[in-house]
Amino acid sequence: MHLLVQSIIVGVLTGGVYALMATGQTLIFGVMRVINVAQGAMVILAAYLSSSLFSSFGIDPFLSILITAPILFVLGFTIHATFLRRLRPEQNELSLLIMFAVALGIEGVLGLAYSTTYRSIQTGYVNRSFTVAGYHVALVRLLAFGLSAVILVGLFLLLNRSRFGRSVRATVQNPTSARLLGVEPTRVAAIGFGLGAATAAAAGAVYGLVYPFNGGSHYDLISRLLSIVMLGGLGSLGGSVIAALVMGVAESVVAANVSPIWSSFTFFAVLLAVLVFRPRGLFGVAQRGAL
Amino acid sequence: MSNLLDVANLTKRFGGVTAVDDCSFGVEEHSITALIGPNGSGKTTAFNMITGYLPADSGHIVFGGAKMSRPRPAQLARLGLCRTFQQARVFNQLSTRENLVAASQPSWRQLFGARSTAADREQADELLADFNLSDQADKLARELSYGQRKLLEFAAALVGSPRLILLDEPSAGVNPVMIETMERHVRSRHAAGATFLIVEHDMNLVMRLCDPIIVLDQGSPIATGTPSEIQMNSAVLDAYLGA
Amino acid sequence: MTVVRRAGLALLLTAAVLVGFVGVTHWIMNIFIFTVMYAGLATGWNLVGGFAGYTSLGHAAFFGIGAYAMDVTFEHHSIGAGYVPFAILPFIGIGVAALSIPLGWIAMRTRAATFAIVTITLLFVVQTLAFNLKSITHGSQGMGITPPPFALHTYERPFYVAMLAMLVLALLITWYVQRSKLGLALAAIRDDEDKAHGVGVHVTAVKLIAFSTSVAIASMIGAVWAYYVLFIYPQFAVDPLISIGIVLMVFLGGKGTLWGPALGALIVVPAQQYFAYELGASKLYLIAYAGLFLVIMLFLPQGIIPSLASWADRNRHRRARTLSGGQLVSPPLHELLP
Ligand SMILES: Nc1ncnc2c1ncn2[C@@H]1O[C@H](COP(=O)(O)OP(=O)(O)OP(=O)(O)O)[C@@H](O)[C@H]1O
Ligand SMILES: [Mg+2]
Repeated sequence: MHLLVQSIIVGVLTGGVYALMATGQTLIFGVMRVINVAQGAMVILAAYLSSSLFSSFGIDPFLSILITAPILFVLGFTIHATFLRRLRPEQNELSLLIMFAVALGIEGVLGLAYSTTYRSIQTGYVNRSFTVAGYHVALVRLLAFGLSAVILVGLFLLLNRSRFGRSVRATVQNPTSARLLGVEPTRVAAIGFGLGAATAAAAGAVYGLVYPFNGGSHYDLISRLLSIVMLGGLGSLGGSVIAALVMGVAESVVAANVSPIWSSFTFFAVLLAVLVFRPRGLFGVAQRGAL
Repeated sequence: MSNLLDVANLTKRFGGVTAVDDCSFGVEEHSITALIGPNGSGKTTAFNMITGYLPADSGHIVFGGAKMSRPRPAQLARLGLCRTFQQARVFNQLSTRENLVAASQPSWRQLFGARSTAADREQADELLADFNLSDQADKLARELSYGQRKLLEFAAALVGSPRLILLDEPSAGVNPVMIETMERHVRSRHAAGATFLIVEHDMNLVMRLCDPIIVLDQGSPIATGTPSEIQMNSAVLDAYLGA
Repeated sequence: MTVVRRAGLALLLTAAVLVGFVGVTHWIMNIFIFTVMYAGLATGWNLVGGFAGYTSLGHAAFFGIGAYAMDVTFEHHSIGAGYVPFAILPFIGIGVAALSIPLGWIAMRTRAATFAIVTITLLFVVQTLAFNLKSITHGSQGMGITPPPFALHTYERPFYVAMLAMLVLALLITWYVQRSKLGLALAAIRDDEDKAHGVGVHVTAVKLIAFSTSVAIASMIGAVWAYYVLFIYPQFAVDPLISIGIVLMVFLGGKGTLWGPALGALIVVPAQQYFAYELGASKLYLIAYAGLFLVIMLFLPQGIIPSLASWADRNRHRRARTLSGGQLVSPPLHELLP
């Protein structure tokens, strides 16, 4: 029982980080119908940036987000402007392949710039932890969870309360009528893409603190993230957050109670079940207009 | 006379909109039945549920004596129910002739045989000649005009000699010559024993071709009758005039 | 015409076989083998990716399954060295085809990008299994085969011929599919799957036939590869780059054409091997790969063969028009009516 609760705690905390990564991907899917298979690569890129900023300048990873987020934003914006702008939403296979190529490119650049040996960000507090009612909580994981929660709330507010958010939702629902209302869908899509990439900056800093990583680590992330966004229903922000928490817990419970080597299988098992019983995901809607 | 198709209590909601609302009607064997109604009254949605393209929220259909609450398009095609789409859907990357061959419902054995046999070509060319499409036989379907594509889709629906053919606005966007071709084919297939259910906005066409007529308003039938009965019906007038 | 064509094909095949018998260095022979291997993989992939329009990123999984099947057979049965292992290829193909039917049935309920996601997830599932099922695969330690007793200076020859046989098989199947109702049904599905259902095409069955045939070819090629490279481990045998490479080559040569995928492989693989050899740094080659992919996606999404075909078509039309006195034939009257 103790083990189960302990693993659920870890799972929820991990799930928060997954939620942050999946949200970026969902946002990008929302504005462009692009399944961003490079989200994992962007997270790893950000992890490297934060790690370098820490080792070279002693900038705390959490603070470094303020620097890496704009960089990733520009990267996302540029990718959109260069490769995706001219694609129509129906060409979602082509955009998926393009993003796959982008992921490979990022992996290649990282492999060139850094060696392929695993690294991690070793701050002074990285191994600190405390005990609440007999349960063990690692400080970084708690901080990571807190940061994810703050950013997610911020994103929700941005999308639901701001003018920009309204344009995004208008674009998602119907690009043609959005244009009539004075919203420029391509611009909104580019900014949305940038924002989605910027969330990878935060996720990357956190990821680097919690897990060791190398240039190839994005493959681990791709399959996880894709399972999460499929489970949540492509394009549903709330769905992806819930799916991320569910998957985080499921993974951690399996790792602690069954066997760690099979934990990544929980993702695939869940994905398979979703596909068989509810191909559009838990919260997905059949038409455009999610988010 | 018995009904070839019975529609029983079909309902479909899209969010807040109830597109088809507890809709029941029958299509008599060997009739040319019209399904009319103002824009947005749910005709296409009803078609989609009948032909298995859209799952119904509730209700079922009975086709040729078989009750189905979740019909599948392929199953219906094999039982002899074919349809056309309001937006003319053909296989754009196939030639006009191959569009007809593709609709010929080959047996498993034929599936592994030649792409188009001499018999296939003969059958297709006969149909194409009937529809004045012989000159287009080798063109890709996407190179045809909209009207020609509509004719082609209609022709493809006739390939397997189905028992019931559902046409969604066959005359919309089609020139008068083609409408006449279409009408001629409906009549000749009807004479040969086929049943039709036609959604159509061109009232002249409906009145001279169809009997009975079913009027749909806001997702459910409000009147059924012969053309003259419908023309006299005040509820129908109200529905069309939006009163 | 057909006589000329047949003679050309015979010549091409003879040349392809002979290439395996010219005395070149092991390094060049290695490039030949990988070119033919990818040509076979790409041609097989085209059955489902090109003809049915289902972009699979999971073919590397089946390639890997074939590779492991070969090594596992070696380990548990004394199938003898030399040429005998090639004889088990058909069994691997049939076994994988059978395995792929339930998988394909689930995956092909989704379409387009979702299908791509599902198949890439499948790839990671298989990779994880290769890591975790230690009793069968020895996990990350990998598996080895004792080198066959082929003469050193012609060591590669049997592998080259086997790969070539796989390529020819894939081409023959493609040729047959193009000419059968199966191909017609696949084209209809690629065009408009829902409509295809409605006109009575056996959609599910036809898709599964294409999928299982396609991955069976991939698995047999994987098995030959495993015998050739002698030592395999999970990331090597089940590598996303293999999937991506296949897709890249098919897109380059032309989806849904008979020769396009092989042509794509013929262009990409030697370049890739040369770069890997010249540049050494495999990461640089990753970047080059990504760049090439982006260029193809952006500038030549049709692929070489379809682009050439439509260019020739336009030329022919222009010439036809010049012949008819430069006059455009006016459309028939009924087209001008509203
Ligand atoms: N996929 C959908 N999502 C949401 N609403 C829909 C959808 N399809 C149809 N509707 C709505 O359902 C109602 C009925 O539409 P339907 O297309 O069935 O009407 P119709 O009678 O065929 O109209 P028309 O004569 O213009 O073709 C309309 O209000 C329409 O807006
Ligand atoms: Mg309609």
